[in-house]
Amino acid sequence: MDRDEATRSAIEAVWRIESPRLIAGLARITGDVGAAEELAQDALVIAMEQWPVQGVPDGPGAWLMATAKHRAIDLVRRRARYDQKLREIGRDMETQAQAFGEPDVGTMDDHIGDDLLRLIFIACHPILSAQARAALTLRLVGGLTTHEIARAFLVPEPTIAQRIVRAKRTLSEANVPFEIPAPGELAGRLGSVLEVIYLVFNEGYAATSGDDWTRPELCAEALRLGRVLAGLMPRQAEVHGLVALMELQASRIGARTGPSGEPVLLTDQDRRRWDRLLIRRGLAALAQTEQLGGAPGPYAVQAEIAACHARAASVAGTDWERIAALYVVLAHLTSSPVVELNRAVAVGMAFGPGKGLEIADMLTGQPVLAGYAQLPAVRGDLLAKLGRLGEARAEFARAAALTSNERERALFLARAAECQPGGS
Amino acid sequence: MRYLMLLSGTNPATPPPPALFEAIMKLGGEANAAGVLLDTAGLLPSQAGARVTLAGGKMTVTDGPFTESKELISYALYDLRSREEAVEWASRFVKLHRDLWPGWEGQTDILQVMGPDNGG
Repeated sequence: MDRDEATRSAIEAVWRIESPRLIAGLARITGDVGAAEELAQDALVIAMEQWPVQGVPDGPGAWLMATAKHRAIDLVRRRARYDQKLREIGRDMETQAQAFGEPDVGTMDDHIGDDLLRLIFIACHPILSAQARAALTLRLVGGLTTHEIARAFLVPEPTIAQRIVRAKRTLSEANVPFEIPAPGELAGRLGSVLEVIYLVFNEGYAATSGDDWTRPELCAEALRLGRVLAGLMPRQAEVHGLVALMELQASRIGARTGPSGEPVLLTDQDRRRWDRLLIRRGLAALAQTEQLGGAPGPYAVQAEIAACHARAASVAGTDWERIAALYVVLAHLTSSPVVELNRAVAVGMAFGPGKGLEIADMLTGQPVLAGYAQLPAVRGDLLAKLGRLGEARAEFARAAALTSNERERALFLARAAECQPGGS
Repeated sequence: MRYLMLLSGTNPATPPPPALFEAIMKLGGEANAAGVLLDTAGLLPSQAGARVTLAGGKMTVTDGPFTESKELISYALYDLRSREEAVEWASRFVKLHRDLWPGWEGQTDILQVMGPDNGG
């Protein structure tokens, strides 16, 4: 790598680390995330011009912030139509900028936590679709480029670009304030944030489409976002619950894929390949939700289930009865037929495949599950264990027809083949 | 991607200034808040350790201290998107030593950890 290229990658690295805080701080000043992002990018462009010549400054984050704030002042000055209030803010910023002198990251951190939290809440605002929220959050809070987001979601780049532009316009037109939600609406708004983070995680953990079974880099993005949020809202048990769930599920990523990229189901995984560090982190996060008290939310309960697996040395040594009981709790919290399907699996393990099948059979009429590949897959598994191979084979074939993930389809077809008379 | 950072160096005769510890804690707090620091700890001088060696088919156990001129001082495990990000975090860490402990010399080695994202 030559020197210019090295400086360039150094700038990119600084940008990734600093851009969320940069955009958050600027959004507080401008009240508009779109304008904030543009100002932050202006600062990046200036850095790209100056740093290769003058060298990377000692406090690159502070340098970017000071530069962007100067641009913000210029912007405010140029726009004479801005009202008096905004002009006051401009003067405010000027004195702040003068006070910088030697930029120091420490003095600018006072509002950063709150600003970052505001940024997360606005990017995950319920006025936006879940998809738009995910793209905007990865862009503004995760610091990903449009290209990277598009690649992660296997969507054409212009689609993501448009999604982000529209989202910013929607927020701007609706005058969505850059603020932390009032206590009355906090729970709902936080739910929207957690949903987006888990959506990103799941897209990586069980890719709904494409050739790969998992996309670990997307899981890593979601995990980082979750950890950031847990740091910003340490008193919110469900945030720790979500982090615990993601850490524990991510601990199995390495074991979830076989040598040629094929999926390996939990009960078949080599537990020596589970990531002990992530398990430790997940259990620690779970302990925090318990410490904070209160009735556990759906993420904490799911984390509790994941913890049952993480603590067990083998499939046989797993506390399936506890897992089945936790699914009952979860069903009360979410009333989702998917949860009921998972309960069928746990009950099958705890009390025999016949008991599990009874539950799964009750779900076949559920319209929500009509196109859900896991329903016939679970029924196929339980039927196979009961020795009803013909029926099991039909169920696996149905599951294969329903999934849009190639790796998963291959898995279901293999299981269908195993159910042939004379199959293994 | 995971990166293991190993800090090694030679301590000057002066004791480590409290401001350095404070700054290290603060930087660790920032990395933690960014969701990228998975694990970190300081290491006792190798005098407290030992080395198991295999050479020419013969195994030997040697008590510390090791003969290397630089002592391993600490490790940190980061979860990052690129090597450049790892270099940036490591640079911030080394910079603290430069600014706060005159005479200190050392290095941070950055090693990528094998994982599901790189065929490990």
